Amino acid sequence: MRGLIVYQVGPGVAVQDLGRPGFLSMGLTRGGAADVLALHEGAALLGQSVDHAALEMVGTGGTFEAGADMRIALTGAQMSAQIDGETVAWNASHALPKGARLIIGPTRSGTYGYLHVGGGLETEPTLGSRATHQSCGLGALITAGQTLPVGHDKGRDVGMTLDVLPRLSGGVVRIVPSMQTMDFDGDIRARFEATTFRRDPRANRQGIRMDSDGPGFANPRALSIVSEVIVPGDIQITGDGTPFVLMAESQTTGGYPRIGTVLPCDLPRVAQAPAGAELRFELMDLEAGAQVQARANADWAKLRASVTPLVRDPATMQDLLSYQLVSGAVSATHSDLDKG
Amino acid sequence: MEAPPFSPLIRSVGLTGVLITFGARATDEANRAAIAFRGAVDALAWPEVDESSSTLVSAFFRIDLSKHSFLMIQDRLADILASRDWSATPLPEGRALWTIPAVFGGARAPQFDEAAEAAGLSATQALADLTQTRLRVLTLGFAPGQPYLGTLNAAWDIPRQVGLTPNVPAGALVAAVRQICLFAKDTPTGWRHVGQSSFACFRPDADVPFPLAPGDEVQFTEVSVAELERLEAHGIDGAERMVIA
Repeated sequence: MRGLIVYQVGPGVAVQDLGRPGFLSMGLTRGGAADVLALHEGAALLGQSVDHAALEMVGTGGTFEAGADMRIALTGAQMSAQIDGETVAWNASHALPKGARLIIGPTRSGTYGYLHVGGGLETEPTLGSRATHQSCGLGALITAGQTLPVGHDKGRDVGMTLDVLPRLSGGVVRIVPSMQTMDFDGDIRARFEATTFRRDPRANRQGIRMDSDGPGFANPRALSIVSEVIVPGDIQITGDGTPFVLMAESQTTGGYPRIGTVLPCDLPRVAQAPAGAELRFELMDLEAGAQVQARANADWAKLRASVTPLVRDPATMQDLLSYQLVSGAVSATHSDLDKG
Repeated sequence: MEAPPFSPLIRSVGLTGVLITFGARATDEANRAAIAFRGAVDALAWPEVDESSSTLVSAFFRIDLSKHSFLMIQDRLADILASRDWSATPLPEGRALWTIPAVFGGARAPQFDEAAEAAGLSATQALADLTQTRLRVLTLGFAPGQPYLGTLNAAWDIPRQVGLTPNVPAGALVAAVRQICLFAKDTPTGWRHVGQSSFACFRPDADVPFPLAPGDEVQFTEVSVAELERLEAHGIDGAERMVIA
């Protein structure tokens, strides 16, 4: 068996993929990676399907050894990474020869980092997915001493990189109306849109609490509702007026009203915002939101085309200035998204 | 006072789907309508629908609204909605009737007497209600496979207790607001613990991971503590499943 040996591992590392759709009626939410875009980036870097499972890492990674020659890619929250003592780039693919040691250290920016392997992690699937869903008892956190099975890898390219959509430090998040948006008074909705929130340290894969100064956003008119469907990105307002953005592992239904829903393409920005990062919510009508999301879907589907060779030594670069422009904060492929 | 009639609502849920709501409060009629409507739309097998579900009062269709126009979907659903009286429509075929053994009262279900008192019923009447009412799976949720069962008669419109019971075990039958919930796992709750079964609502490694489905019916039968302990010792639930013709 090809395997990735785990010598040491942080307390928040688990296998994730795109989750388990199809069980909403049974009360099981989809789950899966908190930053779905990072899964797409990892798949693009390794030239494989986005269905492959990866390790999601919160806080810190761990120490791993390749049980066979393999390829890896690192995406999502920026963490320090070394292969056999040599620092390697994030948002890039690398060779991890048999016996090589990979050390992934603490997070530098963002919240959820990802370690992808060529061929994907091949842990035993349950209900069609390898995603760990802790609150439902599906899968478990990774522990030291485990060897994670790695699938057959058909790809060869390593040393590739990708301009990623900047999303690790909060910013503007686009939302569309939810089923209960109009149950909130206009002044409360306006105040919600005008408020700069801070991501609370109280956050997990179920939901992220948003802090703000000033009064809360509870609306007596919207208080008592029958428990209703939740979709990822829903912003619920609890009884004391605090907004929570509901994430991949939320329950399937909930009794608090939703003031709006984050566009799926902007949910990685919410997931990755570190504690204290500032976030603002910009309401779009459903049609405009649908157009933004459709463009993002198209961009995500063609990420593979924007993978380029990683240039290791700036001294060998012919025209340093042009490289910096291309890889700067504004991505050519995602210019529409950056406006949001 | 009669509540004004409720006109079903069709609303988008983010860009993830469309919700059709049949009541402002959790009534048995609204729930029947939601289950019947979901069944009817599922039977049409629209390619736009990725999956569907039903909650206490609504049917939900997961549809990618960045690919499919909400207004068009809304129109098509409105036509189906107007085609009949959904609260009077028979529920879909292929549903199951479950008979589930449980202990009522005593150390294994310590709030039975308290719940009967809150409902203004004698212990005998309360037991008769809980074992003779054929309950329907109104919806599954909170935990995977966990059913909310209804609807008990009006006496059982008892509120949740103010404080939480810290840990009510999996398989427990808990009562509030004319419903019984059968716990999928150990849960802190404000609902009152009136019965105990060994029924597992979520079996991730089994051929049938979710034994119950919305619309299924459930009848509890009273067994002795000794019988429940025998079932538990064998790791079985003693439940029987019959397809409703």
